[in-house]
Order: sequence, then C-alpha cells, then structure tokens
Amino acid sequence: MSKKIGDVILDLQNISLRFGGVKALTDISFDVRQHEIRAIIGPNGAGKSSMLNVINGVYHPQEGKIFWHGNERKRMEPHMAAQQNIARTFQNIALFKGMSVLDNIMTGRITKMKANFIEHALWFGRARKEELEHRQKVEEVIDFLEIQHIRKTPVGRLPYGLQKRVELGRALAAEPSMLLLDEPMAGMNVEEKQDMCRFILDVNDQFGTTIVLIEHDMGVVMDISDRVVVLDYGKKIGDGVPDEVKNNEDVIKAYLGAGH
Amino acid sequence: MLYREAGQFKTTYAADQQVFPIRQDRIGVIALLVVAFVGVPLFASEYWFSAILIPFLIFALAALGLNVLTGYAGQLSLGSAAFMAVGAYAAYNFQLRVEGIPILVSFICAGLTAAGVGILFGLPSLRIKGFYLAVATLAAQFFIVWCLTKFPWLSNNSSSGVISTQRLIIFGYELTTPVEKYLLVLSIVVVLAMAAKNLVRSATGRAWMAVRDMDVAASVIGIKLMPTKLLAFAVSSFYCGVAGALYAFCYLGSVEPDGFSLDMSFKILFMIIIGGVGSIMGSFLGAAFILLLPIFLDVALPFVAELFGLPFSSATVSHIQITVFGALIMFFLIVEPHGLARLWQIAKEKLRLWPFPH
Repeated sequence: MSKKIGDVILDLQNISLRFGGVKALTDISFDVRQHEIRAIIGPNGAGKSSMLNVINGVYHPQEGKIFWHGNERKRMEPHMAAQQNIARTFQNIALFKGMSVLDNIMTGRITKMKANFIEHALWFGRARKEELEHRQKVEEVIDFLEIQHIRKTPVGRLPYGLQKRVELGRALAAEPSMLLLDEPMAGMNVEEKQDMCRFILDVNDQFGTTIVLIEHDMGVVMDISDRVVVLDYGKKIGDGVPDEVKNNEDVIKAYLGAGH
Repeated sequence: MLYREAGQFKTTYAADQQVFPIRQDRIGVIALLVVAFVGVPLFASEYWFSAILIPFLIFALAALGLNVLTGYAGQLSLGSAAFMAVGAYAAYNFQLRVEGIPILVSFICAGLTAAGVGILFGLPSLRIKGFYLAVATLAAQFFIVWCLTKFPWLSNNSSSGVISTQRLIIFGYELTTPVEKYLLVLSIVVVLAMAAKNLVRSATGRAWMAVRDMDVAASVIGIKLMPTKLLAFAVSSFYCGVAGALYAFCYLGSVEPDGFSLDMSFKILFMIIIGGVGSIMGSFLGAAFILLLPIFLDVALPFVAELFGLPFSSATVSHIQITVFGALIMFFLIVEPHGLARLWQIAKEKLRLWPFPH
C-alpha cells in the first residue's frame, strides 16, 4: 500500500449504549486513523449501525468518551456532525424521494450555503451567486460518480443501485473529511459492487477522505479495508488488519457458530 | 407539436436553473400575465371580479401558504383559516391604531403578525408529527377564533367581533371598484407567488423538502430541524395572513371571527390536495377548481334534473356539492395524490414526445 495513513483522528473509548434494558454496545474502544478505510463487521444485530449512529451523534452513549481530532466531544447533535465534516450514508436508503438527483446532492452542500431565506425569496445577492457556485461543485460530484444522465430524475424513479450511488454523492457533496458508509453494497449485483468499490477507493485516494464502512460482503471488506473491527452482541471481539481478523478464533466462532 | 424543447441548449448553469427553462413555458406565463393584467380588466364583468376572480386569487394565496407548510415542509396544518383571521384583524387594527400607516404596510405587518402566531402554534411540530400535529394546529383554529370573539379590543368593541374594513387608499388614490381591487390583489399574489417559487427552488426549499422526506437524514446532513420547521410555519402563516387581510379588505369588506371557520381551513386543505401537494401551480389550480366547481354545479344540476324530470330544491344542490367534493377528494387521494399539477406535468411530458412513444 502506497498511501500514507496518518494520525488517529477519531478515538472511541469504552463506549456503552443501552436502550432501556437492551445493551446495544458494551465497552467498545477503537480508533480511526486519518486517510484509512476502517471496516466494522459482525453478524446481524451486532451493533454496527448503532456504532455509526454514536459516531455521528444520532445516539448518545451512556458511558465512554469520544475524541475527535484530540478534543473530547461533549454534547452532540446530528447536525453538529455535519459541521465537523462527517458525512454518512444509510443502510436503508435515506434519500429525499420527492427531489431530483441534482437537488438531493445540492442538499448535501447546505451547510456551506450562507444566504438567508429573504435573499432566497428575492433571488438576490448571495442566493443567486451561491446557487451557481455550488451547482459547479455538485456537477463535479455528478461527473465523479458517472450519473450525468439522471441528474434531473426524481430519485424515487431510480433503480436501487443508482439510488445508493446518489446517496454517496449527497454525502460527498459536503466534502467530508470522514465518510461513514452503512452497507454501501447491500443488495447490489457484482457489477454494481465493483463500481461502488471503485468509487470508495477513489474517494479515499483522490480526496484523502477517511472512510468508516459497515459491510457484509467479506470479500469486499478484506480487499479494500486497511483495518477491521469485529463486533458481536455489542462487544468487540476482534480488531486489526484483515489477515489478522480472518484468523481470529472468536471471529470465526461468531460467524460460523461454536461447536462444529 | 409546438411544445418542443429541441434546439434549446443550455450553456450556463444560470440558464439551466431559471424558473421556466423551456421557452414555450416562458411565453405561456408571460401571455397569462398579460391576459390577467390587461385582458381580464377590459372584458370581465363586475360579477366576475367580485364573485369569482378576487376570491380565487385570495384563496390561491392562502392555499400557497398552506402548500409551503404541508406540501414542501411536510407539516400538516388545519389552522389556515385562523391564520387568515389573524391577518385580517391585524391589518384592521394596524389601520385603526397606527396613525397614517399606508395600507400596503399594514398588510405586510398583518402577515408578520400572522407569522408570529404561526411560529407559536408551530412549536409543537418540534415534538410531534402527522395527525397529532394536525390536532395541535386544530387548537390554533379554535383558540384564535375564540380570542377574536372574547376580546372586544381586537375588533374595536364591535358587537360579536364584526369588523368593517377601512378604505383602501394607495398613494393617495382610493380603490373602490372591483377592477381596481382585483388589480391590487393580483399584483400582491403575483409578487408573493414568485417569492414562494424562489424560496422552494433555493436552499431554503431544499431544506424543507429534506425535512419532509427524511428528517433523520436531513439532520445528519446538517439541517437544523427546529429553525427549518419554524421558518416553514412563519412563511406559511405570513402568506395566510396576507390572504386574510386581502379577504377582509378587498373581498368582503366586513368580516366576523366565525367566518374563519374550520370549514374554511378544510376548504384550503382540499385545494392543495386536489391542486397538488408540493406545487406552486397546484395551489392555483386547486383554488380555481374548488371555487368554480360549486358554481358549475349550481348551473348544471338544475339542468340535469330537468332533463330527467326529477324534483329539485336548492338544498339538494348543496348536498350534491358536498357529495361530489368528498368523492373527488377520495379520487385524488387514491388515483393521483399529487393532484391536478401532476396531471398537467404528465401531459407536458407526453406532449414533449408526441407523436412518438419514447
């Protein structure tokens, strides 16, 4: 690997998350380094998505500390993640169904737009200028993801694979420093998966974006990620480079079951 | 055949992002405006102005307000008529109590007052959604009408809260005839409709639609839910408030609190359901449909009854009207939830390709 992995930018220490009596995450610690592709894997219900929701502030863990670029994060709301340059995609596509591809991706840049609603209503000054500037940036994302032909299509009309791609576009439009991907390849055919892998690697490579990824396709995970965390029943059972994790006893047990 | 965009190439993003990217649409809209501002005043009769065109424009404005809130921001509201009442009474009180305030300024202040009240009743939307929010806005409907009846100060101590509006004087010129009032209403509606169109195609509108379609994703992207929803309530109520002020000053001339009933709120809601939820043009189509249908039935039903030799009374006409409305709303909810505006859009898409299938 030629790329340069940097310092730790996200450090999670002893995270525990409960919903009433249900323990979703128990005492989990791991870190994410700049510019790496970090995978989170585990069987269904292991707490992977909860982990992502903790990272971008949708859930608030009862215990544990989160350090972002060395500073401890105290109160966290979802919109603050966007301000800290963390973008994400969702497991079940969370696009804005009533809007076109272009509008969806434009929405990804909303934190960078400064005009207020009165300027928007009058289509005056900053409103007009920003709309054109950001359109330029959005078109770059559209080119990158090769979705020029559908830019005016309402996303509800698109096939699943393209919707996933548009959702990645919406996250990329924010020019994030860290990108959280929740099963970006679920339900895709081989060709679509290859495309998606290519986009993820290109994003990582060209833009230097750090990527945290949840994925069930082990082939993909072992191929593209630098380090892997394995969760099972809300506990961390493995952490390390793909080869290490592949040969970890606990991991094999979790995936194949004990007593064979 | 004429509706083709072939040969109209966009070379800049500005050209691609204009309100009407297709030339035929631009020509059509300009023609429509010319007809509305010049043609109609030349030919329409007084009855048309005071009984059809003015109420149509006013209700279209109120429907536009509700459409911003319900269609774009996804917050269901049953309080539109109440916000209109706030606008009507606020405009009256500004005229009454502020020395020498121009009428247009008091209309704007009326809108702002309604916006303030709208924000207040929009606060529950931060915690509740859908039907429960509708019930919360229902509270606005009853509370505001009750307030206007209960506190005589608001109607300058008139009996049962009836107000008679002041004279309409703009730049020293008094508007008295229906034509003049029509032109005033039309100008205000055109300006506000353009502002609404600009809002919904900008970042503000995208934030509203994002909250409507998927609020968790919207907040993760960095949209703050509270200001976004409250802004929708404010803008929506502003439009309803201005519509209410126009309703009192340019249409009826004298209004009472009970006139702004729940029935009227529902009527406005039906306008956007039939016209098109989440469409500026739909608000106008819906208002036209809901206001013209009763007139059409009034004329058509006796004729039909006579044809079949059926006994007929005016009560029957109103019963049939209600039945037809109910049936139409069910029809639109099931068959075309996006209303007349979507039908129009589909027709345009077909027309662009006609006579070819693809």
